[in-house]
Amino acid sequence: MGTQLKTDETLNLPYSEELAAQGVTRRSFLKFCTAITAAMGLPAGMVAKVAETVANPKRPPVIWLHFQECTGCTESLLRATHPTVESLVLDVISLDYSETLSAAAGHQVEEALHASVEANAGKFILVVEGSIPTAENGIFCKIGGRTAMEIMADIGPKAAAVVAIGSCASWGGVQSSAPNPTGAQGIHEVFSDKPVINLPGCPASPYNLLSTVLYYLTLGKLPQLDKKNRPMFAYGKLIHENCERRPHFDAGRFAQQFGDAGHREGWCLYKLGCKGPETYANCPSILFGDVGSGAWPVGTGHPCFGCSEEGVGFTKAIHEQAEVYTVRPPSLYPETEPTQGKGLGIGAAAVVGAAAGVAIGASAATAKKTKEADQSSSTES
Amino acid sequence: MSETYAPLGGKLWTKPFSILFTLAVVGIALMGYRFLFGIGAVTNLNDGYPWGLWIVYDILVATGLACGGYAMAILVYAFNRGQYHPLIRPALLASVFGYTLAAFAIVIDTGRYWNLINIFLPGTSNIGSSWMVEVAISISSYIVVLWIELSPVMLEKWNKTKLRRAVHRSMFVVVAFGLLFPTLHQSSLGGLMIVAGNKLSPLWQTDWLPALFLLSAISMGFAVVVFEAIFSATVLKRPYEQKMLSKLAWTIPYLLGAFLVLRWVTLLANNGLSDLAFNAKGIMFVIENLLFIYPLIVLLSKANREKLTQLFYASISILLAGAVYRFDAFLVGFDPGGGFVYFPAVAEILITVGIISIELVAYLFFVKRFPVLPVLKDA
Repeated sequence: MGTQLKTDETLNLPYSEELAAQGVTRRSFLKFCTAITAAMGLPAGMVAKVAETVANPKRPPVIWLHFQECTGCTESLLRATHPTVESLVLDVISLDYSETLSAAAGHQVEEALHASVEANAGKFILVVEGSIPTAENGIFCKIGGRTAMEIMADIGPKAAAVVAIGSCASWGGVQSSAPNPTGAQGIHEVFSDKPVINLPGCPASPYNLLSTVLYYLTLGKLPQLDKKNRPMFAYGKLIHENCERRPHFDAGRFAQQFGDAGHREGWCLYKLGCKGPETYANCPSILFGDVGSGAWPVGTGHPCFGCSEEGVGFTKAIHEQAEVYTVRPPSLYPETEPTQGKGLGIGAAAVVGAAAGVAIGASAATAKKTKEADQSSSTES
Repeated sequence: MSETYAPLGGKLWTKPFSILFTLAVVGIALMGYRFLFGIGAVTNLNDGYPWGLWIVYDILVATGLACGGYAMAILVYAFNRGQYHPLIRPALLASVFGYTLAAFAIVIDTGRYWNLINIFLPGTSNIGSSWMVEVAISISSYIVVLWIELSPVMLEKWNKTKLRRAVHRSMFVVVAFGLLFPTLHQSSLGGLMIVAGNKLSPLWQTDWLPALFLLSAISMGFAVVVFEAIFSATVLKRPYEQKMLSKLAWTIPYLLGAFLVLRWVTLLANNGLSDLAFNAKGIMFVIENLLFIYPLIVLLSKANREKLTQLFYASISILLAGAVYRFDAFLVGFDPGGGFVYFPAVAEILITVGIISIELVAYLFFVKRFPVLPVLKDA
């Protein structure tokens, strides 16, 4: 906490003017920096450093390649609900080549790519979206006459760092599902010259990309990665561990089918096939679309289908029950509300029974007399 | 008032009287225990169920059963059917004891009973904003009215002719209040459960609870007159007042019909049947409705109304229906949450049995020693 936040004067002035022109106030700028610092798992004292990095005019060039994919990851990055912040991010990095965002086309854009790669060799960040087809020499995906395999082998070694965004680039994604006719594979399976940072998800949370890039820019090193090369700050915990419905899981309150009473009450979706217990991602904490609480699949009532996890998303059936790595739900639960007060006792039952017996006996005896009276009155008339 | 009344006379200490007296003594002893050691020592009441058997039987069901005086007053005074007047005194007697003991039961059931006085003090009373206070004041006032209505019975016995005439002259005012108060509190008793909201099953919860409680109370009032006339005639070996009871019984199907229509319209409007399942609530709901429907069908037929046995069974069914309805709406259909369960304890039940026994002992004493029952000319 010791680091003082820098004032506008110490921040780079031209940049601040640029921000103001785009309608970004100092307050929303620092809010963004604080949020992104928290997402990276850095202490609050790092906010100033991150802000400095964001404001730094020396923007690293980024080359964004698209292979076998749907462009969903790019869309999710561009469709942030804060357009000013999103444009700010595009200004943090210098997106030199992106097929989606380029105004140019054909040979013109191909030239731009080569020019940027040559000019920034060893300095640019390579972001790859989409899997690489390997069957039949990778003829299923070609750009400018070259296959994805060839492009990756050419550009990959020249990059400073390689980031695979989305499940496709991380481990093959939906295209790698059986029978996998194109032989789709994740980037790291094809390209082994450099370590590849994987940011799986379908789409990957845009904040995880921004955090990773900013982490690298701020500290000059890569964030801590797990065994599958995913940043620990984003993929260190199971969805199950941070899920807002977790207390229902622990208490044994499960939605049994869509639309039933439990589902309407917001109970745990485990029995509907939620893959939260075997999927590593920060969805419950970071959410999607910047629209507030509940804006993620489980929050809206749909079970997690494990999009970011190899061997789960696009592999297991949607309603198949997840492996539970943590605590398995027992088949029987203790009552959440222990019984209070005393119910029916033997003595009370005996007394009530005796009273009922006396009442029935007395009624029967009376009815006997009234029957006699009824008979005598009917014989009279 | 052309008919004459006379004490029954005869031996007081019969076998049933002795048994009832014993039960009354046991009940009184347990009440003493309650006042020494508190409510928790004799009941199963808990934080989830602060109202148990005592409220539901001793107050709700007992005042329902004590609506005989009210029902007969509606018929005789409001609808001017003087021919039923002979039934009024025994009905009033039952009402007097029913209500007086209900008030006593409230004192037993209230933890800090010494604070009850605040209901009546102008500085502390919450009248105007509390149904419970309305019920308390209305029941208390009605007890006074009932004793005044019954006073000619005692004044005749003690030959206070002058006082009797004075009471007789002002009786029309008393009778008017005697019609007003039960209308107020019998409906408010139902209203007490509206505030329970979702804790009460939708099988019973409705904003129309006051109207339903009032209608079922009047039905119970007529039924108890029929039941009591037949039962007491059998026990006391008197001739049956069959013709009068048959005529009286024609009102009952219409009351039950009105109750059932309102009950089912509100039930369906609230989608209350969504809570119907094979459990205690569901079973009691079905039993309750069968008990209401059976007497309605039986008493619609004039031939059945002329049969004492049919009248007797139908009246029992109505009394049970009203009682079960009250138990359902206050205990069976009520789930306070928090895992609370409740069934009355033995001592709790024995205190209620004791109160019923006191009522029956006092009734027997009064009809044998005071001019309550009409002198009947023929069998």
